[in-house]
Amino acid sequence: MASPTAAASSDFVALLKDAAVAALVALALAVPLVGLHTVDQAGELAIETRFNWVAIAVVGVFCGRLLLRYVLTFRSRREPQSAGAFVRLGAVLQPYVKWLTVAALLVAFVLPFLPFSSRYVIDLATSVLIYVMLGWGLNVVVGLAGLLDLGYVAFYAVGAYSYALFAVHFDLSFWICLPLAGLFAALFGVMLGFPVLRLRGDYLAIVTLGFGEMIRIILLNWYPVTNGPNGISGIPRPSFFGLPFDRTAAAGATSFHEVFGIEYASAHRVIFLYFLILCLALLTNVFTLRIRRLPIGRAWEALREDEIACRSLGVNPTNTKLTAFGIGAMFGGFAGSFFATRQGFISPESFTFIESATILAIVVLGGMGSQIGIVIAALFLILLPELGREFAQFRMLLFGAAMVLIMIWRPGGLLARREPTLRLHGHDPARAPPP
Amino acid sequence: MGYFIQQLINGLTLGMIYGLIAIGYTMVYGIIGMINFAHGEIYMIGAFISIICFTLLSAAGITSVPLALLIVLVVAMFFTSVYGWTLERVAYRPLRGAPRLAPLISAIGMSIFLQNYVQIIQGARVKPMQPIIHGGITLLDRGDFVVGFSYIQILIWILTIVLMIAFALLIGRTALGRSQRACQQDQVMAALLGVDVDKVISLTFVIGAALAAVAGLMVTLYYGVVDFFIGFLAGLKAFTAAVLGGIGSLPGAILGGLILGLVEALWSAYFTTEYKDVAAFSILVMVLIFRPTGLLGKPEVEKV
Repeated sequence: MASPTAAASSDFVALLKDAAVAALVALALAVPLVGLHTVDQAGELAIETRFNWVAIAVVGVFCGRLLLRYVLTFRSRREPQSAGAFVRLGAVLQPYVKWLTVAALLVAFVLPFLPFSSRYVIDLATSVLIYVMLGWGLNVVVGLAGLLDLGYVAFYAVGAYSYALFAVHFDLSFWICLPLAGLFAALFGVMLGFPVLRLRGDYLAIVTLGFGEMIRIILLNWYPVTNGPNGISGIPRPSFFGLPFDRTAAAGATSFHEVFGIEYASAHRVIFLYFLILCLALLTNVFTLRIRRLPIGRAWEALREDEIACRSLGVNPTNTKLTAFGIGAMFGGFAGSFFATRQGFISPESFTFIESATILAIVVLGGMGSQIGIVIAALFLILLPELGREFAQFRMLLFGAAMVLIMIWRPGGLLARREPTLRLHGHDPARAPPP
Repeated sequence: MGYFIQQLINGLTLGMIYGLIAIGYTMVYGIIGMINFAHGEIYMIGAFISIICFTLLSAAGITSVPLALLIVLVVAMFFTSVYGWTLERVAYRPLRGAPRLAPLISAIGMSIFLQNYVQIIQGARVKPMQPIIHGGITLLDRGDFVVGFSYIQILIWILTIVLMIAFALLIGRTALGRSQRACQQDQVMAALLGVDVDKVISLTFVIGAALAAVAGLMVTLYYGVVDFFIGFLAGLKAFTAAVLGGIGSLPGAILGGLILGLVEALWSAYFTTEYKDVAAFSILVMVLIFRPTGLLGKPEVEKV
């Protein structure tokens, strides 16, 4: 510390040392799994070596670590508080949120008619919207009521299968099946919630995770009803309030393009599906926004903050949680029945744990409880693997890494700034003078 | 009766493997209060390192089974521990003190990452291994039904019991164990009294990973196949076992593992194999309804 240059050089030695340690760890990580590759040779395993890969990995980690540490020390000297740029951005945007929302809605509504909107774009947008809806549905459970649900996909599956079974076996229309599917999913939510909602946070997580697996195993093995791993096919496609999207309608029916006197195009169905999920998602959103102002919504948020205080004030925790669980499940069921009618075919393959993890990641990455944050997170997480289509093999690898990195970068989620739902007489505790 | 005893032996063997993995979950949960979701993947990596090491040894011409076992045990425990240590360092340490859900999401991300990492570098195919331990003891011979206790099962029992005793001594008698128990009770106070909390947490991950590596080695020997997806279900089961026994309690983890293994074996034997996982989770729900803190867990007293 005698002179600045001496300090800088000793810093640099420390940096080098640190990077060397990181490289050593990388070597230990890479040698057994990357360096030695098992290959099948007539039923027996043989080993191939790939030490060039190991060398690349070690050099890469060394340089990466050096660069990272260098940038971090450099930046911390220059501007001590550069973190929270996103928070400040959020604060700056706060007054304009309303306009941004309106703009986003407008874009969402005209998207199918924009010149660059090919069928692929609309399909992709529909997928994103399914996840937005699932995110908003799960947000009721995780964001508002603070219950950690790792098996949300179970309700999605129940919705999809009940829609498929009603539509295929009883020939009911989409608009009758949709509420039925939601009802069934909600029923499952309440049935599951009843015994387990007395448990505290992490126990609930593992039980819901187990429940998600149970539903998948039952779907796989209950052949007479679910047709096992082959799934259910031939699910009726949706119609425009009774008008089918066919080139030539069946006898006694008129198809959509005939009634409206327009040229037949296969895109009509895709666009209709897009608007359908847009409306369903917006319904979920409006419902959530409104219910936050009702006593039950306030009870959810209060319960999330402090269960003991709630119990002392006469809120019944079990019933309150049960409603949150049931309502969240219902929206999952709606999304599931939309999924079934869109795909026309469902199998247990679509309802694995990775789906639950994705939906939960959307809610948490978006910043728990933030409706807009969920949209941004869904766009990001669903489009990211889509963009990485060229390296299809690495898609999920990148997905996992992105989850870790975003959490490290912003542990509270992308838009973590949350206005209190309720303020007493405009009183802001942050600005209150010290007593 | 013979059939029942055979299932009992099989179930307990399976349960010991679950118990070894469950210790990793319960230790981490006890100290930093998070579900280390990627622990199942650590176990999978342990199994992969074991199978690679076995293949290398047989290529090198080492035919002595005890020697090969010893080498693989040490190698697998070492390299898997490095994975456990790195996992904590990269994905969890930066999130110390973050909101409760952040480390969980990071752990799920890490789990997805590790699964795909192994799939890419080692291939998605199931890796088979020739059995290296043959034979066993006949416990009961009724002519029509033979109750056997294979040498692999004996090895698993002995290894698990030895590790348990060593582990109990480590926690109960050594300075490291004392620091771990201190951190479990009160991290801030432990830090004030001179315990290096970061180091203790790192070592916790290392120990958990080493035990998971042993479980991976035993599964490789027992079933003879390994693939990149085994971590998910095993992790889920082991976590179920940890919760069943009372999370945070080390004997509870083993007890939970044994119960889970028994339930699975007996259910498959007397009912259907398809629904054995459903049975395992149902047991969990049942136990939690009547004893919300698990079998050996201490009731959590909530203070305002």
